[in-house]
Amino acid sequence: MTNTFDDIAGYAKCLFIIGSNTTEQHPVFGMQLRQAVKQRGIPLIVADPRRIPITQYATIHLRHKPGTDTALLNGLMNVLVTEDLYDHDFVANRTEGFDDLKAKLVEYTPERVAEICGVKADDIRRAARLMAANKPTALMYAMGITQHTSGHGNVMSCANLQMLLGNLGVPGGGVNPLRGQSNVQGACDMGGLPNVYSGYQNVALEASHKKFEGAWGVVPPEDKPGLTVVEMMNAAIAGKVTAMYVFGENPMLSDPDLNHVRHALESLDFLVVQDLFMTETAQLADVVLPGASFAEKDGTFTNSERRVQLLRPALHPLGDTLPDWQIIAKLGQQLIAAGVLGERTEAIQAAPHGAWDYRNSAQIMEEIATLTPSYGGVHHWRLEAGKGLQWPCPNDEHPGTPILHIGKFTRGLGKLTPVDFLPPVELPDDEYPLLLTTGRVLYHYHTGSLTRRAQGLAAIYPEGLIEMHPEDAARLNLANGEIVEVTSRRGQVNVKADVTEKIQPGVVFMTFHFAESAANLLTNSAYDPIAKIPEFKACAVKVTKLPAGACENC
Amino acid sequence: MAVVNITVNDQKISAQMGQTIYQAAAAAGIDIPVLCHHPALPPEGACRVCLVEIDKVRNLQPACTYPVTEGMVVHTASTKVMEARKFALELIISDHPLDCMTCEATGDCRLQDLAYAYGVKGTEFEGGRQHHYAIDDPNPFIQVDRNKCILCRRCVRACNYVNGVEAISVVYRGFNAKIAFGADSTMEDSPCEFCGSCVEVCPVAALWPKMSVGKGRPYQTRQVETVCSYCGVGCKLILHVKGNEIVRVSGADGAANHGFTCVKGRFGYDYVNHTDRLTKPLVRRYLLEGKPKAHAAETAHALSLPGNGHTPDPDMEWVETSWDQALGLVAQKWVATKQTHGRDAFAALCSARCTNEENFLAAKLTRQLMETHSVDHCARL
Ligand code: SF4
Ligand code: SF4
Ligand code: FES
Repeated sequence: MTNTFDDIAGYAKCLFIIGSNTTEQHPVFGMQLRQAVKQRGIPLIVADPRRIPITQYATIHLRHKPGTDTALLNGLMNVLVTEDLYDHDFVANRTEGFDDLKAKLVEYTPERVAEICGVKADDIRRAARLMAANKPTALMYAMGITQHTSGHGNVMSCANLQMLLGNLGVPGGGVNPLRGQSNVQGACDMGGLPNVYSGYQNVALEASHKKFEGAWGVVPPEDKPGLTVVEMMNAAIAGKVTAMYVFGENPMLSDPDLNHVRHALESLDFLVVQDLFMTETAQLADVVLPGASFAEKDGTFTNSERRVQLLRPALHPLGDTLPDWQIIAKLGQQLIAAGVLGERTEAIQAAPHGAWDYRNSAQIMEEIATLTPSYGGVHHWRLEAGKGLQWPCPNDEHPGTPILHIGKFTRGLGKLTPVDFLPPVELPDDEYPLLLTTGRVLYHYHTGSLTRRAQGLAAIYPEGLIEMHPEDAARLNLANGEIVEVTSRRGQVNVKADVTEKIQPGVVFMTFHFAESAANLLTNSAYDPIAKIPEFKACAVKVTKLPAGACENC
Repeated sequence: MAVVNITVNDQKISAQMGQTIYQAAAAAGIDIPVLCHHPALPPEGACRVCLVEIDKVRNLQPACTYPVTEGMVVHTASTKVMEARKFALELIISDHPLDCMTCEATGDCRLQDLAYAYGVKGTEFEGGRQHHYAIDDPNPFIQVDRNKCILCRRCVRACNYVNGVEAISVVYRGFNAKIAFGADSTMEDSPCEFCGSCVEVCPVAALWPKMSVGKGRPYQTRQVETVCSYCGVGCKLILHVKGNEIVRVSGADGAANHGFTCVKGRFGYDYVNHTDRLTKPLVRRYLLEGKPKAHAAETAHALSLPGNGHTPDPDMEWVETSWDQALGLVAQKWVATKQTHGRDAFAALCSARCTNEENFLAAKLTRQLMETHSVDHCARL
């Protein structure tokens, strides 16, 4: 996020939520947004294909078709430009590329966008005017924006809109992606990505290469990025990747096109999984290492606001389990002992941060701080008291950065980039007439390996459902609670129907929390060419009603 | 903001315009007891426990709602005040079960603390009646005991001003007044999202986490402040620990959550000590016996129900090992992978649910020791 929860809840004059089911996925922030609407009376615009709970408070609900976000955003910007409602000062002083963008936007009249998105042209106009009249607007988005083959373009469009409105670098504004998991932000920050070292230091840059080689003694020789998740799976099937290490992840439920993932993991010679439970992925492993839960270890998480906060151990690790950092550190030592670097072992012994003899997680953070400019002032001792530290926090005196891009963008001028609307790669046709979109519910989390083992949560939301509009249900002669078979080009699952007007006709919705009705058996692993995020939010399916008792699992 | 000078118990303090007497006194370190008031919620003025005497104002006034004005002189502990407070407490307690011996809230009860401080014992008022509500509401999270409810409306305000779904209200009047969910229905049939903010603010044991019943008194537990393991909001939580078990979770005053949580953060903790937890490293037998791996067709079927994770093939049986043995074996295998198939034959997925320190080490291991950039995680998923 460019901004913080508090400044959005306290100072935004208008809220625009697109592709985020905020009250269910980021509930505490969702509550704060709901309060901002109720207590300060600010307008709320929600763009979502489903009637998600927060739409109850919306001034305008733009119920667009899944996968048409760029068209919608372009439509809003078209209105800002044609009606001359954009922020001239901001555009002139802080951005470049306006003319190119403007030229592109001409194609996206509200009328044309209305047709693409299935919303009213007037609603697009009203929404744009509302944002222009109530500044600043805070824009929030989540996976509804990114999990498309056009995800990268969607993200750029969000930034375009906020730049046109001049809503960056001010309290109550910003482009605010909400992170789905406790430490997604941190995992990216720490270089858990194939193209960057920690702090987004690009592996392709000579300087990063030199820096890490100097610090660690050895780094990969080449400057081209490694493989992304989806690419790893393809490489496993091709026999190019033969060993994998997976910790705290369950790709056998979380990744798209599960049959493909299974095939990939089964093709490996050697799979090591480190987790709390015998997950669907762990069942395919050759070695399973028992990790520790959040309550059994210390360390830090970085939340959506870029705020680094300290975890404290409350319990002794259960049985023989170990905090994950200890397991990884021991693995490092064992690898060195087993001669993984041959003669070059000396190089790491001579390097200032080459070694693996960590005594505690605070010491690891010291290494992070030394090698990561944006975490330069982050130390456990600074996190003991107070409100955590928001990066960039370059040194020990720095108080952290609650709002990004004040006065200036990192690259200087903000780039306005024309983006074309690209439909999802797989659209409904005669054979697969419905569009499946996926997500989560309030009571469960991700692949369910934790929440389905939490008694209360499992009791209140015991099984997966497929949401279907009454019109579509009527065509199948389907009643609420009946079992259907859902089929895509990649797989098939049986699941109970939830006939509801929350969803629009022609679209169905499922979660990926439940292995018995795993939506990701159906989803498409086609991904955005730049962000490499798979298209979870749109694929074509067909639904048929099953006779009562036809399915033993449901 | 404009400064207002007031005097509290002969002490001159400067307050902010718009503050209540309670807020101004609290800021100056002067303690005024409150019961229905909660600092995170708008004041209600329902219990009259916070009464104070104000010069030139005829009646005693509730400090939690009364605004400060220039030159105001306030007495918070005069005899008149103390007696009025005691009376207010006696009234509340006359219809309260007084089963502190077995009550969940003992040691963590605002009413008990005040009764103790003001020496209030159970007093029967002439014609006083006692409630006998059935305890409970059929939901998995929150126990509702209306016999203990003092109608302070903290829960109502928390539901309105913290969460916002407005699931709780007080229905009926006089002796029949009670808290109700939705249209006087069950919590599940109301708009309730089970965030537990009502439990967080309830001053007594009228609303209590079901999972914590009988699990220990506050003074028998250790309280550890940490960060929620679920979503990216990053709420700070307090884990209440007894033995080696979490017995309750409450909200800590984090920058993101200001003392409140959602249903997952507050009630989703029991997976931590679940009997399904893996407690020892597990290695397939074929590895221990130095045999080659039998491929795909024979391996376990992952998308199966729990308990179906084993295969009939004895070579693929799981064997519990020591850490040294398991890690030694993994290291050998990875070294062999690198030597036989090259650096790019290895890939790692790190975790959006593990710490920064852990992810940093995993990326370091992949890059420095395995010498590949193929490390990713499910940020994209
Ligand atoms: S349930 Fe608790 S918080 Fe709600 S009115 Fe009763 S005593 Fe107050
Ligand atoms: S308590 Fe709820 S909103 Fe807060 S971090 Fe946990 S899951 Fe997210
Ligand atoms: S605390 Fe002031 S009236 Fe209850």
